[in-house]
Parts: sequence; C-alpha cells; structure tokens
Amino acid sequence: MQASDRFNINSQLEHLQAKHVGTGHADLNRFEWAVNIQRDSYASYVGHYPILAYFAIAENESIGRERYNFMQKMLLPCGLPPEREDD
Amino acid sequence: MASTDSEIANTQEERKKMEQQLASLTSVTFDVDLYGGGSDTRFDGYERSIAVNEDDDVPDAGESEVARKLASYTAPKSVLKEMPRGVGEDDNGGDLGGFKKPQKIIDREDDYRRRRLNRMISPDRNDAFAMGDKTPDVSVRTYADVMKEEALKREKEETLREIAKKKKEEEELKGQGGAERGSRDDGAAAAAQSQKRRNRWDQNQELDGGAKKAKTLSAAASSDWDMPDSTPGIGRWDATPTPGRAADATPSISRRNRWDETPTPGRVADADATPAAGGVTPGATPSGMTWDATPKLAGTATPTPKRQRSRWDETPATMGSATPMPGATPAAAYTPGVTPVGGVDMATPTPGAINLRGAITPEQYNLLRWEKDIEERNRPLTDEELDAMFPQEGYKILDPPASYVPIRTPARKLLATPTPLGTPLYQIPEENRGQQFDVPKEAPGGLPFMKPEDYQYFGALLNEDEEEKLTPEEQKERKIMKLLLKVKNGTPPQRKTALRQLTDKAREFGAGPLFNRILPLLMQPTLEDQERHLLVKVIDRVLYKLDELVRPFVHKILVVIEPLLIDEDYYARVEGREIISNLSKAAGLATMIAAMRPDIDNIDEYVRNTTARAFSVVASALGIPALLPFLKAVCQSKKSWQARHTGIKIVQQIAILIGCAVLPHLRSLVEIIEHGLNDENQKVRTITALSLAALAEASAPYGIESFDSVLKPLWKGIRSHRGKVLAAFLKAIGFIIPLMDAIYASYYTKEVMFILIREFQSPDEEMKKIVLKVVKQCVSTEGVEADYIRSDILPEFFRNFWVRRMALDRRNYKQLVETTVEIANKVGVADIVGRIVEDLKDESEPYRRMVMETIEKVVANLGASDIDARLEELLIDGILYAFQEQTSDDANVMLNGFGAVVNSLGQRVKPYLPQICGTIKWRLNNKSAKVRQQAADLISRIAVIMTQCHEEQLMGHLGVVLYEYLGEEYPEVLGSILGALKAIVNVIGMTKMTPPIKDLLPRLTPILKNRHEKVQENCIDLVGRIADRGAEFVPAREWMRICFELLEMLKAHKKGIRRATVNTFGYIAKAIGPQDVLATLLNNLKVQERQNRVCTTVAIAIVAETCSPFTVLPALMNEYRVPELNVQNGVLKSLSFLFEYIGEMGKDYIYAVTPLLEDALMDRDLVHRQTAASAVKHMALGVAGLGCEDALVHLLNYVWPNIFETSPHVINAVMEAIEGMRVALGPALVLNYCLQGLFHPARKVREVYWKIYNSLYIGAQDALVAAYPILEDEENNIFRRPELAMFI
Repeated sequence: MQASDRFNINSQLEHLQAKHVGTGHADLNRFEWAVNIQRDSYASYVGHYPILAYFAIAENESIGRERYNFMQKMLLPCGLPPEREDD
Repeated sequence: MASTDSEIANTQEERKKMEQQLASLTSVTFDVDLYGGGSDTRFDGYERSIAVNEDDDVPDAGESEVARKLASYTAPKSVLKEMPRGVGEDDNGGDLGGFKKPQKIIDREDDYRRRRLNRMISPDRNDAFAMGDKTPDVSVRTYADVMKEEALKREKEETLREIAKKKKEEEELKGQGGAERGSRDDGAAAAAQSQKRRNRWDQNQELDGGAKKAKTLSAAASSDWDMPDSTPGIGRWDATPTPGRAADATPSISRRNRWDETPTPGRVADADATPAAGGVTPGATPSGMTWDATPKLAGTATPTPKRQRSRWDETPATMGSATPMPGATPAAAYTPGVTPVGGVDMATPTPGAINLRGAITPEQYNLLRWEKDIEERNRPLTDEELDAMFPQEGYKILDPPASYVPIRTPARKLLATPTPLGTPLYQIPEENRGQQFDVPKEAPGGLPFMKPEDYQYFGALLNEDEEEKLTPEEQKERKIMKLLLKVKNGTPPQRKTALRQLTDKAREFGAGPLFNRILPLLMQPTLEDQERHLLVKVIDRVLYKLDELVRPFVHKILVVIEPLLIDEDYYARVEGREIISNLSKAAGLATMIAAMRPDIDNIDEYVRNTTARAFSVVASALGIPALLPFLKAVCQSKKSWQARHTGIKIVQQIAILIGCAVLPHLRSLVEIIEHGLNDENQKVRTITALSLAALAEASAPYGIESFDSVLKPLWKGIRSHRGKVLAAFLKAIGFIIPLMDAIYASYYTKEVMFILIREFQSPDEEMKKIVLKVVKQCVSTEGVEADYIRSDILPEFFRNFWVRRMALDRRNYKQLVETTVEIANKVGVADIVGRIVEDLKDESEPYRRMVMETIEKVVANLGASDIDARLEELLIDGILYAFQEQTSDDANVMLNGFGAVVNSLGQRVKPYLPQICGTIKWRLNNKSAKVRQQAADLISRIAVIMTQCHEEQLMGHLGVVLYEYLGEEYPEVLGSILGALKAIVNVIGMTKMTPPIKDLLPRLTPILKNRHEKVQENCIDLVGRIADRGAEFVPAREWMRICFELLEMLKAHKKGIRRATVNTFGYIAKAIGPQDVLATLLNNLKVQERQNRVCTTVAIAIVAETCSPFTVLPALMNEYRVPELNVQNGVLKSLSFLFEYIGEMGKDYIYAVTPLLEDALMDRDLVHRQTAASAVKHMALGVAGLGCEDALVHLLNYVWPNIFETSPHVINAVMEAIEGMRVALGPALVLNYCLQGLFHPARKVREVYWKIYNSLYIGAQDALVAAYPILEDEENNIFRRPELAMFI
C-alpha cells in the first residue's frame, strides 16, 4: 500500500470491498469484473421501474415476470466461472 | 522532572522533621531554657539547601519587567511568552517537554479500587463442554469444587466474625468488672507497666539526670515535652513512664497516633518484607519508612518477641556484625556516598540491605533508584573536587584541631548532629564513576528495553545461552514472552508485528500458555495506563482467535478485567466492557455463569460489585432474555442475602448500561426484583429501590405499567423506613412519578409529599440531595397543580432549604437551584423571586450568588412580566447591591444575572438606568481590574436595552468614558472595554456614535498590535464592524494603515480572530477599492511564513468575492508571472479559494484562468500541480451543469497524467479533482478515461486505475450501468448485455 493511501478511502480496501461489493482491485479478472457489471445492470433494471416497464413492452412480458427473470439472472449472470490455471 | 523535584522537596521536608526530632533529642541533653529553643535558630536566614537548577529561585525577569513598564497597553510580556501553548499542557503540572509523563494506574486509584490486587488469579477450571459425558478428572477444578471453596470461605468468615463478637462481649463484661478492681491496684499496675516499657531511652534519660525530668513535669510551658501532638515524634515521649504521669502512659484512644500501633510482625521483621502494594511509593521517603518500621520505640507498651528487637535496642558492640550496616555491604552492590539517612537509622531498608536479601521488588527498586539520585547529590566532596573548586592560591589546607575526636560511639552519635560525619565502619568506597549501576543488562536479540519491574516476568529472556536445551513447550513460552515484551515495551512497529504474530499464532500457542503469561502482567502493581491498554488489546485479539478454547480461563480473565469496569478512566471502562462482551460471546452464557456464580455471594463486597457489573455486560452482550432465568434464581436465593443483593444489583447495572433497551424486558426485570423491597435485609431493600430507580430512569417516559406492582410497597415503605433505605425508596419514587399519567402523578405526589416535607429537615446531606431531586421530579410532572405547590410545598421548602449553609456545598447548591427553577416553572416568577429577592442583600456572598443564579434562570425562562412595580424595585435594588458587593465572581454569575434581569425587564428599567450607569462608571474607575472588567462586560450586556429605553445620550456618554479607558493596561479589561464599545457602536450606529468614528478608529489602530487574544478578537470585531458600516468616516490612508496591521493578525492562534481579520479585509477592500488592499496582500505572498501566506490567500479570495472577481483576477494572474515559487503557489491557492467561494459565478472566469492552470498543471513543481488540481476541483464543482464542459475536459486532460503521483497531498488533490470532474462531466466520461488502464499489464498501473474506478463506482454506481463497455461472450460465459440494445 502506498503512503498516500493512508488518508483516503482506499486505505481500508478490505473494508471497502465488503461494503461495496462491486469495487475491484488489481487482481480482478475479466470474468469477475463482468459478473459485477452484469449484476449491477440487473439491479439497476429492477431498481428503475420505467426501464423495467420498457423492457416488458419490448419483450411482451409482464413487468413482474421481467423482474423475476432479472433477479434469477443475477445468480449466475455469466455462467460458471472458468477454470483457473494457477490454483 | 517536576515530580522528582517534588520528591526532593518531600525529602527535605522529611529531613527537616527528622532534624527537629533530633534537635529535640539534643534538648534532652542541653537545658532548653538556657540554650534557647528546640529549633535551631543559628541557621535562620541561611539557605538550607541549594536549588538544583538555578533559575528556580531567581524571580522571573519577565514579571519584574512588567512591573516596571506598564505604561503602554500591550499585553504583559509574561502573557506573551506563554501564549503559543497548546491546550491542556499545564494541566498536569510538570510535563516532560510537552509529553505527558506516563502514569501508573495504581497512583490514581483509591483504596477501594486497589482491592483488585487482593484477588487471586484462580487456577484453570474444567470446561464442561469439552468433556462431553466423561466425568472430570479429580485433579481439575470443577464448578462444584469452586462452589465448595466459596462456601467454606464464607463459613470461615462467619465463624471468625462470631469469635470476634464473642470476644468483644467478653471483654466488655470483663471491663465492667475490671473497672472496680482497677482503681484498687492502680498504683501497682502503673509501676509494673513502667517496668515493662523500660527501654534504652529510659536508661538514657535517667543517666542524663532525673532533675531534667522533674523540670519537664513541672509544666515548663516552653518545653517541647508537654506540647500535645505538636509533632508525632515528640508526642510519643509522653509515653515516658514517669511516676506522676502514669495515667498518660496508657495510650488513650483520643491520642492514638500511628506511634501507638502495635507492630505487626511482618512490618518490623526485616526489610525484605515486601511493602504492601502501593503502600510505599517512591514518594514515601525512606526516612518515613524508618519511623514506620520502628514502632518499637513508640508503642513500647507491647512486649515483642526477641526477633523483632529493633536495631535501636542493640548495643553498639554488636552493631558491626549483627546489622547490615551500609559500610558492610559490598561496595560493588552499592553506590559511592552512602546516604546520611542510612547511616543514622539503620532500620531503613537501605538499598544495600535489600540487595543482600534477595529478590528485589519494583517498589524497592524505585526507592533505590530515587534514593541513589539523592545520594549522588549529597555525596561528600573528595579532595580532588575541592581542589577543583577552590583557587589554588590564597587557600591553605588546615589540619584538624588536635582536640578533635570523631564521635565513635553510635549511641552518642545519635545525639550529635544528624550529619553523617562518618562512622568507624564506613569507608568511602573505591570510586568507579564510569560504572553505571542502574543500567540493566542489555536485552538480547533486538528485544526492547526491559524495565526493572519486568525482570520478574521476563527475566528468563535474559539468559539465552541454553536456548537449544529447551523443550518445545519452553520454547513456546519463551516466544510468547518475547512477543509480549515487544508489545509492552517495544516501539510501535515492533509492537504491531508482535501483536499480529500473537494473534495469528494464538491457537498454536494455546490458551493456557498465553493467559498464564498475559494475566499476571496485568496484575503487576506498577502497570501504566498505556501498558494496560496494550495488554488488554492483546487479550481482545487473542480471545477472538481462541474462541471456545478460552473457557477454562474465563474466571482468570475476569479477575483482571473486572477492575477496569470501575476504573475512573472512561476509556478503560469501555475497554473492559468490550473484553467482557467478547469473552461472553466466545465462551457462551453457560460458562460465563459457571465462572461468575461463585463470586456472586463472595464475602468481599468489592468482588460482588465488580461481578455485578460484569454480569450486566454479559447481559447486554448475550441478550437479557437469556440471563433472566438465572437472575430470577439469584434474586430469590434463600442461602445468603449477598446473592440476592448482587442479583438485584445486576439488574440495576443492566438498566444503567443499556438504557432504554430495557423496555422490552422491563416487566420481567421488575418482577424479578420486586420482592426485594420487603426483604429482611436492609441492604437488599436499599439496592432494590435503587435498581427500580435505575430501571425507571432508563425507561422514561414509558413503561409505567411495569411498575404497577411495586407502587404499593414503595409508598408503604416510605412510611415505615428511615435513613438510607428511605432515601433509596424516595429516589425510586422520584424516578417513577414522571412516568405516570397526570391524575396518578398528582395523587402519588401528594402521598409522598408529606414524607418529603418531613425529610426537608433531615441533617443528612445525601438525604437532602435526594429530597431536592424528588421534589424537582414531582413538581415537574403534569398532574401537580401550582396551587398545591404554593400552599403545601413552598413554605416548608424555603424555610428549610433557602439557608446559607446550602450555598456552601457545590452539589447542594446546584440541586437547589435546579429544583427551585423547576418549581418556578410551575408557580411563576413572582412567587419565587418575591421570596428570595430580599436575600440578594444577605451578608453571605455564596448565598447571594445562589440567589442571583436562581433569579437569572427563572427570569430567563419565564420573563419578567409577572413582576410588579414593587418587586421590580426590590429586584433592581438587590441586584445592584449584590453586583457591587461581590468580591470574587469567577463564574460570572452576578454579571449574567444582571444581564438577564435587565434584558427581561426591557423598557421597565429606564428609571433605573441612570443609577446603573452611575454604578458602572464608578466601577470602571475601580482599582481592581476584575471590577473594571465586569463593569465593561455589563455595558455590553445591557446596551441593547439601553437603546430600547431611548437612552442614547447616556450611551454616548458611556462611549466617551470607555474611549478614555482605552489606555487600560490589563488585557482582559481592555478586551472587555473594546467589547463594550462594540456593543454601543452596534446599537446606536456609526453616525450617532460618540466619540465620532474618525476619532475612535485611529485610537484602535495601535491596539491591533496587542497580542492578547481577547483584545485582538474584540478589537478586530470592532474594526471590522466600522469598516463594514462606517468606512466613509475614516480616511483611506487610515484604512491602509490598518491593512498593514491586519496582516500580522493573520498569524493569530485563534481561528475566530483569523476569520474576522480576513472578513475585515473584505470590508476594507469594499470601502476603499480593491487595488490598494490587493497590492498589500499580493506583497504579503512573498513572506516566508506559511501560515501567513495561507491566510493572505484566503484574504485575497475574500476580497475577490466582495469586490467581484474581475477586479482582482487580472492583478492576481499577473502576479503569477513573478518567478518565485511561494508567490506562484500563493496565486494558485488564492484561485482555489476564490473558485470555492464564488461557486457558480466561476463560469464567467473559467476560460480566463484556464491557460494559467494549464501551465501550473504542467509545472515541474509538485505543489504547483497539487494546488492547481485543487483549484480545478473547486472550479469543476462550481460550474457543474453550467455548460463549461469543453474547458473542463481540456483541464482534465492536464490533470489525468498526475494520477501516478505518490506524494500523499498531491495524489489526494488529483483524485479530488477527478471526483470533481465526475460531478461536472458525468461518470461515463471519466469511466472512459479509466478503462484504458484497468487491465494494464503493469500491476502498478492497474492498481491506480482500479483505485480511480472504485471511487467512481462508489460515487455513481448506477450511472455506470449504461456506460460499461461491451464485452464479447466467451465459449461458455455470457458477457453481453442484450437488454440495453432493445428498442421499440
């Protein structure tokens, strides 16, 4: 950790990660980041009712179904994580 | 340093006492009447000792200087000198160069708290959970064992008490019978006694001659012998069994002093009996100990066993061999010059003797260390040293006179001077001054310094040679010890790593070895606050890791942690609670209860008290419901009242600890304790009532229904109880009544009131306070009518409480004022003020002050509209009297009272104003500075009312008077005078002010130089006010002069002054145009002092804000061309402040300053870039949403390359600038800047970019959803987000 980090929010990276799940770090890989992006996106869709309504019309589904689908997709948004070579 | 000095002072005191005693010995030999008094007058007028550092006695040069030139109105030099000091430094008397001296915990503890040291760290206990179904081994201590032990202990205590009681009874019986017999054989007994108490002193006196004795007896008033109790040393001589005074020889109770005490064997036996913990601090001087240790001399009445014979009794012949004379101690173990004290009274545990006798305790070590220090100073001078001191020529070394014989017989030596001229056994030891005796052996292997107190615990670390031979167990122990030592005494980094290692390896080390090492350290008597904090922290961390392994050690830990719960230090208490809470979470409720149950009915009140507190913490940690069944059982214990008492106390502590969170469990808690109100034991009844009070206080204003069941016993109880119990019951009632509905409150108040009124007369202080409090609580509830209070309470209340005596005790005083104010809220101003207004003329000042404070509060609360003309007259008259008669008013009670009354009377004071002003004028001329100051303060309080009364002429007059007093020499007074002038100027305005502003302001200019804070603050306020409202009355030249003075004020310590100064710059600039002011300020950017420059930049920004930025920016930007670092940075900083202050006005100037910022952001100098970045931040935040995106993107391009800076301030400024950009340009744009580096091959780069990404994410997570890049799918992972592509 750098000396400069002592003063700002990044000084407690662990704490930060715990508090804001979507924050990242230098060792984050493509898959993990993408998962965060997907979850954030679905959370955002579910959170903004007008967007949800828009999707519902576009897909010809009920709003409730759309919401349910999005929530379900948040479980494994990108499928199973790829096998890691290093460990 | 200071504490050493005070110790030295103590010793000197002690020695003087001893000298006096010895001098009184001399007067045994010489006739006092002939040779003068006991005290030696020969040395009067001489310095008895030489100050260690010379400046001690030299009167402060600064002060005398002040005395000489007080003609000017600057602050006294002494004040100036001590001005730039932090707060709180002089609180602790002597500080070591600004650092607080580490303080031992034991030094600030009282006797009760010290009882923690009496507790034993009990052996480990069986962990029932770990055992499973197995029967525990016989050798382990189970819960049953512990309970059995406790029961035994209790039984023993009870038996002992019985025995004592019986003995006492017998003695009483015997005493009655003996009294008759006593008169018969009185003479015989006296004779026998005199035989018994004969000791060497008697012989001595007899040798010296019976004549003197007779003389003494013939009541020679001048003699010391008959003076009762003059000094303890003398008093003991009364025990001399002279025939005529046989009666005196029996030590009567009243004359008992410590000399009469029967010597306890442990004390006298020998020096290595460890002094009781804390009993002998270094402050207790060795000589004090000596006399303590020889009660033999004093309490000669008890024949003591041979072994305890004091060394005083021994004949000179045996001395050399029998007693460890200092001379006989090995020289190496001891310093050169042996103390004179040690030489005279051999019973002192002289350090040499201590060394001889084995293990040295920390206290002894301190004693030794300190004593050695003294000895160093009093060491006899050697010939060489004398040679060095005196000139070689003109002096001659004389031989001692032939008749001089050194005193060789120790018995006589005592009678001679107390100085140690040298005993035959004493030789000056060989000097080896290079040797340092008290430097401990170097700790090996990078271990921190070990204090002597630590040897006991860490001594094993010193011999590291046999490391290889150790078993693994021992090696583990050793490792723990090393880590603990590092935590305790090491440097912060050492401490940190050690703490981490201890935590990480906690399970590996095991609970046993860890706690066996840590806990004894916490019981160390010389522990300091910081050390305790660190060790407690270790326990906390280790607890977390060990979890259930901690179970067998719960009680041990509690023994050392419980005392923290009653520590006077708040943070210690919090720390203690935290540990116990963590402990209970780790060990579980069952273990906690099993560990603490035996202590609940411990015989020691201290143990029960701390246990109750600990239980309350457990309850708050594990939830009250879990503990309820246990509490119920304990509170109903039939076996001992102690258990019931503790159980109920636990409930009280729970209420105090968790406050309103008791509400859900209130009913069950009340039900658990309610039967205690009728308990057979008085203490249980008291604590029950107190617990109810605590519960009611915690649950207020809810929960009355839970108390229904206790109302009857409480109200019944107050009729049948007296004293302490009654006080507790009343307290409970006082807290319950406010919870009630109005009707009930009124009924129950009436029920309790007659008891309260009866107790008004109670002489008991505690009762008084409680009664006052209950009256306050009753009166303030809704249902109690004013008429009832007026008729039933007031007469008795005022008769009993409004008496002078109540004003003397601080707590009574406060409580009485509060209660009276509360009553006034119900019955109105007139009733209360009418009753006490006469007392404003009372002769007792504290009482007058109490009356004044009450009137002030009542009037401030309720206004003065109820006060009729007659009362008004009385009131003003009384207030004037009280104000004039006050001698000391540190809390400004009189002043505040005066101000409050005048302000609430408003225009009605008009008739009295001339009189008041007369008083003020007279007092402004008073000799005492305090009086002058108060008079001036009073003006500033009543100025507003004076204008309301249209007394402008009078105010003008006062203005002139104040103006004349501007030469005041006391800064406090001068500050008040300026404040008064300010108040007058504020209300009558610039035009009507007398003296006219154009005369007043030039008079203020020199005062601005004054460095006293109060003067500065008031002066700058006044000047600022004039600059704001009446700048046109003063020529521009004068304002410029003031500008120069103001620059100095930017350095002031107080923020308020700096702020006022900066604001004044703004006003002046507005008045005379920014050009000149700005020029002054820009010049000031060249000064060296940072603080000054910072304030100047603020002032520039303020000027820009008040006079519009365009008047300032050109000159400011021009100044940036000066090729000087400070100036350029100052300009940038000004810009930063400027854009912060002008906010969205910045949109008009952003394009103007962009080139300058470009340049600054590309500068080589870090500070340039840092300051420019913060300017960019403020600018971006100011113009967000105002359409300046083009300029901002341009600036962001210059800011961005700085993200790799490592200097903390720079990187912070840069990050904040980027945050600002996020707000102004939107997160999507910043994300696009970010994306390029998130997966950079270089880790360093990635780290920085992720840092930016994270703050972006935290700031605007939702907005990023639309801006995330499109990721391509991989073979079995879907990364695309097709929803965003949908459209209708």
